[in-house]
Amino acid sequence: MAKTDSSTDGRGRIDFLALLLEGRAFFGLVAIIIVFSFLSPNYFTVDNLLTMTSHVAIFGLLGLGMLLVILTGGIDLSVGSTLGLCGVMTGFFIHGIDLGPLGYTAYPSIWVVGLLVCGVGALVGLVNGVLVAYFKVPSFVATLGALYAVRGIALLITNGLTYNNLGGSEKLGNTGLDWLGFNRLLDIPVGVIIMAVVAIVLSITLNRTAFGRWLYATGGNARAARLSGVPTQFVTVMVFVLSGVCAAIAGLVLTSQLTSAGPTAGTTYELTAIATVVIGGAALAGGIGNVRGTLLGAFVIGFLSDGLVIVGVSNYWQMVFTGVVIVLAVLLNSIDTKKRRRPAKAGDKPSKPADSASDAKTPTATQTS
Amino acid sequence: MSVAAPDIDANPVLSARDVVKHYGGVQALKGVDFDIYPGTVTTLFGENGAGKSTLMKILSGVEQPTAGQLILDGAPVVFTSTVDARDRGISIIHQELSLSPNMSVADNIFMGREILRFGQVDYREQARQAAALMTELEEDIDPATPVGELRVGQQQIVEIARALSARSRILIMDEPTSALSAAEIEVLFKVIHDLTERGVAIVYISHHLEEALEITDYAVVLRDGAMTANEVRAHIDLAWIVRHMVGDHYDLGSPPDGYDFGDTALAVEGLSVADATKADRLAVENLDLSVAAGEIVCIYGLMGAGRTELLETLAGNTAARTGTIRLAGAEISHRSIAQRIAAGLCLVPEDRQRDGLVQTLSVGRNLSLASIPEFIKRLFVSNNTERGLVDDGIRDVHVKTDGPDAAIGSLSGGNQQKVVIGKMLATRPNVILLDEPSRGIDIGAKAEVFKLLAERARQGVAVVYSTSEVSECLSIAHRIIVMSRGRIVAEFGPDTTQEAIMAASGESA
Repeated sequence: MAKTDSSTDGRGRIDFLALLLEGRAFFGLVAIIIVFSFLSPNYFTVDNLLTMTSHVAIFGLLGLGMLLVILTGGIDLSVGSTLGLCGVMTGFFIHGIDLGPLGYTAYPSIWVVGLLVCGVGALVGLVNGVLVAYFKVPSFVATLGALYAVRGIALLITNGLTYNNLGGSEKLGNTGLDWLGFNRLLDIPVGVIIMAVVAIVLSITLNRTAFGRWLYATGGNARAARLSGVPTQFVTVMVFVLSGVCAAIAGLVLTSQLTSAGPTAGTTYELTAIATVVIGGAALAGGIGNVRGTLLGAFVIGFLSDGLVIVGVSNYWQMVFTGVVIVLAVLLNSIDTKKRRRPAKAGDKPSKPADSASDAKTPTATQTS
Repeated sequence: MSVAAPDIDANPVLSARDVVKHYGGVQALKGVDFDIYPGTVTTLFGENGAGKSTLMKILSGVEQPTAGQLILDGAPVVFTSTVDARDRGISIIHQELSLSPNMSVADNIFMGREILRFGQVDYREQARQAAALMTELEEDIDPATPVGELRVGQQQIVEIARALSARSRILIMDEPTSALSAAEIEVLFKVIHDLTERGVAIVYISHHLEEALEITDYAVVLRDGAMTANEVRAHIDLAWIVRHMVGDHYDLGSPPDGYDFGDTALAVEGLSVADATKADRLAVENLDLSVAAGEIVCIYGLMGAGRTELLETLAGNTAARTGTIRLAGAEISHRSIAQRIAAGLCLVPEDRQRDGLVQTLSVGRNLSLASIPEFIKRLFVSNNTERGLVDDGIRDVHVKTDGPDAAIGSLSGGNQQKVVIGKMLATRPNVILLDEPSRGIDIGAKAEVFKLLAERARQGVAVVYSTSEVSECLSIAHRIIVMSRGRIVAEFGPDTTQEAIMAASGESA
């Protein structure tokens, strides 16, 4: 009982290091804003902050979906490709669905287009999820396959070309896509609001619903969760479906922002999304992580890369900086994990003196026998 | 602890003197003296947690003693690692064999000590020596065979060959027979006999007491980290071992009485379960079992008897091949784990680290994990209801913790086990199955766990627990069932003896 500093969580004196680690993504963000504000007078302006936040929204949406998958101990490498496919499908639907045999071309209204595109994202996620949960394909492999296949489908649909003219027409009643990328509600870009809404919904889901409990338990120890009656396979399928839907929403927003739908949009975004989640303090092994951290991670990545652009750092240096930030974050993560594990290891404190120590094994030692 | 040493003329090849080992605050060994003589078999007896494994780890260089000394050939010695110990002639064969299944027999035998020729591995020489060792051990195994293709008994022979090729004078075997067939055990015993003839000292650990008695020359009994007895074979029998293993003041309670059993809570008929590793074998074979409400049934059996497979199938974690499972009359064979829990049947799994606890969750979240539906109000978690459920759980099973928000890893083994049991009790079961509920927890916690189960039985819960420690059979159980090779081979009342139970569990039955 001599060492109480590491074992008492949040009680007693405040551990400065622990505080720094807990809020590391936040402090990182503050540091980035301060540094770039010094370097460029244009950085810390309302306009620029809103522009940067619109960029953040894309990574934030992908990251939130990725967070769910990572919380269960999996990974989803297909989100970048899904984003690209969903952008292409947006253009495809706006340009009309040719119902061949009926001799009729359907032009769904923009709301229906949005729902259909989310359905496409969900379908990609469903395939991933079923492969992982029921066919026991490792998520890395299943979604790596999807990364290629889905990108290939996007390229096939347009034959490698890009959909332009996404405004729709009044006559067909399918205008309004620009609302997502250009409009503002209360001066806030719609894309940012969508990210916020998704974040709130997911946060409530994770913290207040049975599904949230199942998710954390599945990620922490799937076997124990299963034996406790948690439908772990359903949970696995659902996180991939939700990740696909998040990627679809991001695809809609990005397509609207760019006013075009290219089949190569979102290439390598899956890696940015993973970085977002990791910077946000989630453990790749599963079970640890939250929405707040992932949002902070998205802001760190977005504000850093835009800042580098604004101060005129070359593209190549941008990549170097981003890489360093990711590794630094994970480095801090592993320090954090070590700190947390330690009390567990020495945690077998006997309540009575040595005479009660009749058990030869510490909790950690029992696993080896 | 001074126990009179048996009368032995020879000088010990390896001795431990007053060896103490601490793990954190837990004292695993409390000053043990231990001698190993050339050309003999010394068996270590003791219950789980008595310190057998710790002592073996110290003798083989896996761990360093906190205090005390090892003496090799009369001179004090310190083993810095297992490699160091092996170079000095001490090898250990663990219960879980340490072979690479993808590599050949010869590769495995010389792993880490490859024979080199001009800087390259001399495969021909390795194969020649491996073949010579196999001839010596009278085993017809081609050194080029991948180890994964061998039977477990043959794999054990490969481990022994590895030890011999390293010129081991002392061979430590931890539960070597646990996965072997009767014929394979016979072969192993013959090999052990040959080895002792050549002057090799064997240290043998087994939970199978009768089997160990068959080959041992000396018996050493450990209890709670101290040596309680030390005697030559001629002077001991089963009763002697059990007496020293469990001690005189070893009370795990008695079957709760003064009430009548209710209706049949659980009825199993003709249940067969396929073996997970070998599809053509049955882990549980045509088994019938019926348990009444309020009754406590203990399932005793050796490792591989099919206890775990039986309980996991009842809980819904493994599918049955044939047979019916009825819970209060309703057939549940095709229901999911969650549905069975909702219907009032739950399992406390054997390995609490692997199957029982979610390490990333707090004590409270672990406790409430199996009863999430209980505190969901209109889609959302009701924190108050959950808190009440968790507080009840902590109180009911007497978990010693800083609070529901404490990390699960901060609890001792016994308290972690209570959390796993509490989690399942919180689902308010009618039938609770427990697979080795006392594994890896100390005697005090064991007694508490059994008391808890007795209380529940009194309230009308049917309790089924399995154990591999015979002393635990004669505690709270109204009925003791002995399993062997997937079948029930004997059934006893609480008035039976430990010897009778052990005899029934043997291979001959």
